[in-house]
Amino acid sequence: MYRYDEFDHDFVRARVATFRDQVARRVTGALTEEEFRPLRLQNGLYLQLHAYMLRIAVPYGTLSSRQMRQFALIADTWDKGYGHFTTRQNIQFNWPKLKDVPDILDALADVEMHAIQTSGNCIRNVTSDQFAGAASDEIEDPRPTCELVRQWSTNHPEFAFLPRKFKIAVTGSPNDRAAVKAHDIGLRMVRDDAGAPGYEVIVGGGLGRTPMIGKVVREFLPKDQLLRYLEAILRVYNLHGRRDNKYKARIKILVHETGLEELRAMIEAEFEAMDAPTFAPSAEEIARIEAYFAPPAFETVEGADAALEAAKAADPRFAAWVDTNVVDHREPGYAIATISLKAIGEAPGDATSEQMRVMADLAERYSFDELRVTHEQNIVLPHLRKDQLHEVYQALDAAGLGTANIGLISDMIACPGLDYCALATARSIPVAQDIARHFADPVVARDIGEMKIKISGCINACGHHHVGHIGILGLDKGGIENYQITLGGDATETAAIGERMGPGFPAEEVVPAIERIVETYKAERLNREETFLQTYRRIGAEPFKEALYPSEARHAA
Amino acid sequence: MPIIDDNGFRAEAERAYLTPEDALASEASELAVLLPNDASAEALAPAFGRIALIAVEFPSFADGRGFSLGRRLRALGFKGALRAKGPLISDQYAFARGCGFDEVEIDDAMAARQPEAHWLKAAQNNQALYKRGRAA
Repeated sequence: MYRYDEFDHDFVRARVATFRDQVARRVTGALTEEEFRPLRLQNGLYLQLHAYMLRIAVPYGTLSSRQMRQFALIADTWDKGYGHFTTRQNIQFNWPKLKDVPDILDALADVEMHAIQTSGNCIRNVTSDQFAGAASDEIEDPRPTCELVRQWSTNHPEFAFLPRKFKIAVTGSPNDRAAVKAHDIGLRMVRDDAGAPGYEVIVGGGLGRTPMIGKVVREFLPKDQLLRYLEAILRVYNLHGRRDNKYKARIKILVHETGLEELRAMIEAEFEAMDAPTFAPSAEEIARIEAYFAPPAFETVEGADAALEAAKAADPRFAAWVDTNVVDHREPGYAIATISLKAIGEAPGDATSEQMRVMADLAERYSFDELRVTHEQNIVLPHLRKDQLHEVYQALDAAGLGTANIGLISDMIACPGLDYCALATARSIPVAQDIARHFADPVVARDIGEMKIKISGCINACGHHHVGHIGILGLDKGGIENYQITLGGDATETAAIGERMGPGFPAEEVVPAIERIVETYKAERLNREETFLQTYRRIGAEPFKEALYPSEARHAA
Repeated sequence: MPIIDDNGFRAEAERAYLTPEDALASEASELAVLLPNDASAEALAPAFGRIALIAVEFPSFADGRGFSLGRRLRALGFKGALRAKGPLISDQYAFARGCGFDEVEIDDAMAARQPEAHWLKAAQNNQALYKRGRAA
């Protein structure tokens, strides 16, 4: 993974010193609260419902064991002994004191980390496929691209005061695990007819109040033109994005109101006017970055598959975990394991400091010192030997990290909701907990199969409800929490926005409503191989609406 | 009206700026033009040879359009003095310099609140931009 050199170390230390200075200038009144706010946000510090929240950047979700251990230390020293992994592949601490924040930033800098550009109207921390460099279906490793974009976007002088936040995601695989069509810019690594590497550039995706699936603005962009093209898109957005209404300020609205064709012409004109060599990274820098992402020293493991099969036969719980949480690695003898942070009844994405240390130790011992954070709020050990999977599983299980539910109904995304968030209109975590408890039986969950429930506690949609197979949106109706249900959303390469079923449900009726949706699916599916999403796409919304709002009742109303 | 550059503050008398339209129509030289941040850089380009100073307006420190406009003016070949005019904060000094501006114009109240020392410190912070691997 990427390692800081002297330049990066100096840069991050200087940023901590700058932030200390900004806090001091706020205290003296040299900076007004209005002026301080974007500076605070660009250092990752939010003011939440009960306390400050510090969001730490995990560039494209990649972590070392040392970095994970430092999160544990921060959680124990300055927070309440846990942290929350987010859909931005970051970690948030929910209870830091303002006076401690510079010390936390120093502790992060000790392990080559920071909180820069995790908030504010700037280019945010770039996200990617959590299986990068390990996935068997990968065309090309997206991480060198992510790192290049990280360097380009860090303190970019032109784009620190954009109309609104700006998120870029990169995938190197045709199977999109990074939700690139739900980002301001999505980059898909592709090859042209001659085999030359490049990107399909998608623009204007986003969730929030006005969900939109991104549109292809450039079918093929040669690899070495990336920064120039990104600069062109950002300049057009910075100059023309709306600034009169923060809810209409994302680039998706500019795409929608200007039209893709006209916007494409504006971007291409800007692109053509730019001096190409100025934006081409030097060959030395490209080589320097790529060297950090060279594959680790995989071994040839004799009998790895046989050892795995024997362990599965001996331990059915392990077999079940492998079935759901482990996927193919590009290297024979290896596998990728996803550690579920969705233990039944726990807050999705939370991990205690002790669990962080367990995950760090396992990464160090078994996975070439690497961990990944997923946008679905889980942790990945990307490079495990198949013959060592059982040992890893046993250690995870002993720490409460052995839940076998990846991709199943209890593997939900949920935003922090009204338990933490100043914007929320309803709670999210208790709803997720209720659903998980209701479908806790592994046999039931496996029978339902692949199911992505995503829960947001307000229309800003941090819980990605628009792209959940089942989306749940918590609203406030006259002081009472009310939950709207959407069906058929999808965040992958076949992205779609879910369809709203009808009036919302009070909190206690959410689980019965999900139950009716699940029963309808089970009754309608052609066979057990047909997933919920496939069934929904085949039969449409009507049978589900009928189940949720029986027509007798509808006619009576 | 303090003007700020890498050397600190200097005083300048209130200046009569031309609009872009007047600058384009003028045949005089050494012009000073005030450019709104939604104006076209391209439209002003024919007059570049007669313009000594362009001041790009920043109506608010949070409105970053002026940064892009500055870069566009430089990309189009403007060689005169480029000034960011408005309620910028010292933390934005490096961004302005990174976008082709030579100097910043703030009003007296802002100068009282954010004195010269703050701006000099910002000017000397050579880590304020993450610069490597590419020329821009």
